[in-house]
Amino acid sequence: MSHHTQLSRATRTTGESTGSPFAPHSEADVETMLQAIDAESVEELFDIPSSVRFDGEFGIDAASEQEVVRQVAEVLGRNDSATEFLGRGRYDHYVPSLVDHLADRSEFLTSYTQYQPEITQGFLQALFEYQSLLVELTGLEVANCSMYDAATALGEVATLSQRVRSVTGDRVLVPDVLRDERRAVLENYVSGASLAVEEYPTTDGVVEPDALEDVLDGDVALVYVENPTTTGLIQEHLEEIGEHLAEADAMFCLGSDPVALSLLRTPASIGADAVIGDASVLGLGTAYGTSLGLFACKEEYLRQVPGRLVGASQDESGHRAYTLTLQTREQHIRRERATSNICTNQAWVALRTAIHAAVLGPDGLVDLAKNCHRLPEALARELDEIEGIAAPVRDGYHFREFRASVEPDVADLVSELYAEGFAVHATDADTIQICVTDANENQAEELVAAIEEVVA
Amino acid sequence: MQRHEQAVWDETGSEGYEPLLSEKDRTTVDVDYEELPDDLTRETLELPALSEPEIARHYTRLSQMNYGIDSGPYPLGSCTMKYNPKFTEDVAARTEAAVHPDRPEESVQGTLQLYHELQESLGRIGGMDAVTLQPPAGAAGEFTGILVAKAYHERNGEGERRSEVIVPSSAHGTNFASAAMAGYDVVELPGDDDGRIDLEALRSAVGEETAALMLTNPNTLGLFERDIEEIATVVHDAGGLLYYDGANLNALLGRARPGDMGFDIMHYNVHKTFATPHGGGGPGAGPIGVTEELRPFLPSPQVEARDGRYELVEPEHSIGKVHGAMGNWLVLIKTHAYIRRLGDSGLRDTSAKAVLNANYLASQIDLEIPFGPFHHEFVASAGERDAADFAKRMLDYGVHPPTTKWPEIVSEALMTEPTEAESKTTLDQLAGAFNAVASEDEETVAAAPEKTSARYIDQTSAARNPHLSWHALSDDA
Ligand SMILES: Cc1ncc(COP(=O)(O)O)c(C=O)c1O
Repeated sequence: MSHHTQLSRATRTTGESTGSPFAPHSEADVETMLQAIDAESVEELFDIPSSVRFDGEFGIDAASEQEVVRQVAEVLGRNDSATEFLGRGRYDHYVPSLVDHLADRSEFLTSYTQYQPEITQGFLQALFEYQSLLVELTGLEVANCSMYDAATALGEVATLSQRVRSVTGDRVLVPDVLRDERRAVLENYVSGASLAVEEYPTTDGVVEPDALEDVLDGDVALVYVENPTTTGLIQEHLEEIGEHLAEADAMFCLGSDPVALSLLRTPASIGADAVIGDASVLGLGTAYGTSLGLFACKEEYLRQVPGRLVGASQDESGHRAYTLTLQTREQHIRRERATSNICTNQAWVALRTAIHAAVLGPDGLVDLAKNCHRLPEALARELDEIEGIAAPVRDGYHFREFRASVEPDVADLVSELYAEGFAVHATDADTIQICVTDANENQAEELVAAIEEVVA
Repeated sequence: MQRHEQAVWDETGSEGYEPLLSEKDRTTVDVDYEELPDDLTRETLELPALSEPEIARHYTRLSQMNYGIDSGPYPLGSCTMKYNPKFTEDVAARTEAAVHPDRPEESVQGTLQLYHELQESLGRIGGMDAVTLQPPAGAAGEFTGILVAKAYHERNGEGERRSEVIVPSSAHGTNFASAAMAGYDVVELPGDDDGRIDLEALRSAVGEETAALMLTNPNTLGLFERDIEEIATVVHDAGGLLYYDGANLNALLGRARPGDMGFDIMHYNVHKTFATPHGGGGPGAGPIGVTEELRPFLPSPQVEARDGRYELVEPEHSIGKVHGAMGNWLVLIKTHAYIRRLGDSGLRDTSAKAVLNANYLASQIDLEIPFGPFHHEFVASAGERDAADFAKRMLDYGVHPPTTKWPEIVSEALMTEPTEAESKTTLDQLAGAFNAVASEDEETVAAAPEKTSARYIDQTSAARNPHLSWHALSDDA
């Protein structure tokens, strides 16, 4: 019956075929199928008025797999191979091989949202375990199984603050050092809600309770605090901040990530109502911004949570089994009154994050996080020895990164370092920011040498 | 008839099937760290501590308890679950692709070139003048597109007045939700008896308040909106914009383009049309294309080519950002590779085979299909049966069932989209599964599924008494 396949498959792989290499039909199949539906040709199946038919060309030539691989490799090869000491909200840690090998199993990768839980228990359980990981890390009761990224998660938490009854205000306060990208996304997310985004002053990202209190009033719906800050500092007054915000009836959202949360005070213990952040620091890394929005909150907001939630239930045989739950919050049921428009999410990245965390285990996570404190502290001390460099800019406890003030012109310094093969951030007219983790620490000595040379 | 039994790992003593990681081990470590003050660190961390071989087996078993496209047909209507070519995974995994988003533009020329090429090819495929790749999924593309429409009307001094977005009742839930998120009142447009837009209803719905009409074409019944040009005129005459939901673009590839039909804004659903894997729910990507007139409102930054170099440029009246970086970059690489692999001829063949497959499959099943002529998908009715029960029983035949109970215009809807990537043999199997279930007695159907890793799962109690983490499970125990 499939006598034709040998020949046709062989021609298809050369890329010269006139058809899709991924449509398995032989000509004989097409004939039989057309007969079955009483059609002369495939063309006549298209009920499209001739006035809107397209008979032009896109000008895209078909290519063999080998050619495409070569082309893409060639194009991507135009990226410089700099050693990155970049952070400011996006971080690389070594991702164990096991993560790729397991997450790439095609039963996971090629499946979709678990609308039929009986046949997708595996992914549901993995997502349930991911949610559990975040519950442990944050101390909050609820975590969803993903948002697109930290910026959209921040947008979602802002609109949530407007829906919960315990909060009445309409101002969303964000730190003055918040990344522009996050601020810009937040502005768009609240554009349909009557919320105004405002900055509060910080000292290099560190929140001073008094300064925050000055801008607090009964109109504040949400205060967003990052720990660690965009500038790499660990917050020191979170408990006090939590108390102030509770008094002001404002929601308290903390921005963090799973590695930092393995070591730092749990958000629940300082009174945070919600946590957002980039969870892909485990499992994926910076990936030019492909990410995983972490979203966790208190149980009292459960019915207002955006995105998908996996819950444990039972199947007919009495076994525990998992299913998407509380779906009446979601767009496919609630439509314009849904808690969010999100449908396709970042589930596969969550799977990767869960596997990475499992490989590290609790000891590995804590060690990784301790390293995130030791490495920048050590590197800052070394740089501080160099004439013309003062590091860190601010005393305090650092996590993964720190700022350094430099005497030479920052733009020149950064581009000269770049010429030496190192990428660092230029943060303002006289400071740079450097991020060091297990992913680049082996190059730290070379960076120090390069800075020494450039500054000299 | 195909038989299939999904893996079941059922350990004695475990309440569930494959035990949770936390049931295999729970280790509490004291978080002692002398280099930070005590009040800055947590006290303990309690998580499973398992060896690599144990973890490998855990997730391998979980994968066996999961069903993907590579396991069998997955005709989930509106989702375009087609084969995901493996080479695209390899190109996306290249180390040169894994750069930090804050790298200066001169150091990521390769990335920006690929972005630019993809912007261009998507523009041509959709007949749109400018494309942004930033939205991380289809719904995010809708939100972005509606924000663009809003910015455009505001710029024309009509921001206040144009407060409504019209959405046909058969549209996907995200259309309604995205418009509402952008601050619009949603006006629901009932369909006509043929399952298409009712022009009269549309004429009376549009007006000075109309900001946009969101439309899927072919619509969710698989029908082409034949009056599309008239629809465009009605909306445009009222001063509104026409938005195209690209979920169903697979049906039109190379044969008709939203831009030529009068759409001003569209999103591409690359995890559908361009075969990037759905990853158990995501990530996808939802680039949007717009007309020249709307180009200045696109999110920032756009990638532009100047003298052989690629630059990041902020459009003049940009709406700002809809994602913290440049969208789901890894997914975009796969999209680019897929489009290059297929080229014009492959893209055109894709729509041909997708439509042929849907028509052929429909002809082989013994259920009523009330609306036609359909294209890449059709909506059958489970008739007297509950569509959800019907779907559960299909699982026992080793196939993924269609989307159920939507669109609501078909009672007990089974929305079926086989895609171009299934062979005639597989379609015959799939038809066999439909027909077997259709002919089975009530009791057999009600007892389903029997061949899946888990049996019928109680959704109601999951929602009534939520257990969302292993902590919640042990609190209850
Ligand atoms: C018709 C339609 N529109 C929009 C969407 C939303 O796309 P996404 O899930 O990528 O956000 C979907 C699919 O989920 C859809 O089927």
